[in-house]
Amino acid sequence: MASNKPFFWVLFAAGGTLAALLAPVLILLTGLAIPFGWLAPEALAYQRVSAVLDSEPVALALLLVIALLLWHAAHRLRVTAHDLGWFADSVAAGLFYGIALIGTIASVWLLV
Amino acid sequence: MSRQTVELEIFRYNPETDSEPGLQHYRVPYHKDWLVLDAINYVKDHLDRTLSYRWSCHMAVCGSCGMMINGEPTLSCKAFVRDYPEVIRIEPLANFPVQRDLMVDQDDFLAKLESIKPYIIDVDEHPLSEGEKSQTPAQLAAFKQYTGCINCLLCYAACPQYSLAAGFIGPAALTLAYRYNQDSRDHGFAERESVVGSNDGVWQCSFVGACSEVCPKGVDPAAAIQQGKIASAAHYFKQHLMPWSKS
Amino acid sequence: MNEGPWIHRISRRQWWFGASRYRRYMMRELTSLFLGTYAITLLVGLWRLSQGAEAFNAWLAAMHSPPGVVFSVLMLMAALYHSTTWFNVTPKAMALRFGAYKLPDAIIIGAHYGAWLLVSVGVYLFFRS
Repeated sequence: MASNKPFFWVLFAAGGTLAALLAPVLILLTGLAIPFGWLAPEALAYQRVSAVLDSEPVALALLLVIALLLWHAAHRLRVTAHDLGWFADSVAAGLFYGIALIGTIASVWLLV
Repeated sequence: MSRQTVELEIFRYNPETDSEPGLQHYRVPYHKDWLVLDAINYVKDHLDRTLSYRWSCHMAVCGSCGMMINGEPTLSCKAFVRDYPEVIRIEPLANFPVQRDLMVDQDDFLAKLESIKPYIIDVDEHPLSEGEKSQTPAQLAAFKQYTGCINCLLCYAACPQYSLAAGFIGPAALTLAYRYNQDSRDHGFAERESVVGSNDGVWQCSFVGACSEVCPKGVDPAAAIQQGKIASAAHYFKQHLMPWSKS
Repeated sequence: MNEGPWIHRISRRQWWFGASRYRRYMMRELTSLFLGTYAITLLVGLWRLSQGAEAFNAWLAAMHSPPGVVFSVLMLMAALYHSTTWFNVTPKAMALRFGAYKLPDAIIIGAHYGAWLLVSVGVYLFFRS
């Protein structure tokens, strides 16, 4: 009986690699750099962020980061739900992949 | 004062006479060069002839003497008594039905091993007159590490996915499947895929990695399975995106 | 004398509290919860951005408030644990061979840490410019 997991696993692996390379620095920059004074508040000012995201490559990059992180987390949490025996696999898959799908659609809509 | 004795707490269970298992205590002499297997043999030879367990080579190549030693799947012929505390708890391998005392029923594993077709699957007939099939060092290197499995089942005892989902094909069987898939003389990938690429195959694995940590022969089943996932995923996408290609 | 064979299996609910390797595994898997939460945080930020300056600044203020900073620190710790555990096991999935010679694990891992450093510095400089 063929599995549908390869599809989600590839997204998980891509998201995991992206997260491993980018998540720490992004969290630092969006959440900690300004409060700790490593970056001037202007770096994340509304005008600047809007302008930067107008550029297609940057918007695409952000879309990839958000989407792949969501699919990575969705697959891992689906498997973890199975490990912990919290709910049936089909319920977990529907729930977590559903959230990832909604998030992906939302980011496409917001960025395009 | 140097150690004189060691206490063994050994799991005893005879399904024909006991309603439930129990732990029996034996005090054996301490020798700094003894293995746990030597201590168990001492019990059998001098203290309790009814103790049942499997062992053979006494040098970690036959895979017979796997058991839980202080909760960890171990070959009793590879565990030195001196490395353990005063009391050593010895139990049968986890995740397998207990036949008696420290002996477990391996039928589930053997069926799974058979299901992945652990033999060269060839497309052409190669008559003897053609001579042997040669392989380059590179071709051998692609699968050699995964030939080292001695079927000791420590990896199955350590794997939480095998414990939680009894249908899981398991580390050793999936590693052997990968060994054959990687062998240049073999052409059986597609035939094995219905088992290896199923939800009970590589996709049940969540890369806990316990299997590789307990493997006494350095086979690294976790690596074989992850690489197997890549192969299965590639096959999956090829089938769905290019259904016309023969695989 | 009894029904069914006796098998020692891990406890479904509590197995991951047992051996230290299982606890580490669960911690590693749960980092994805923080990563997913961060993705949603970014998504919310994008949404607030689309609503105008006031909304976006409110989101920034929340992110940089004391509870927001604590939250970011937790997410950062999870992300770091994810990165290190991810890079450390990459050689298992990636067997790079040149003929019979297999690239040592340390080189594969080192290359990933190197890439991590480069990417992080690059993104930081991009933010600053």
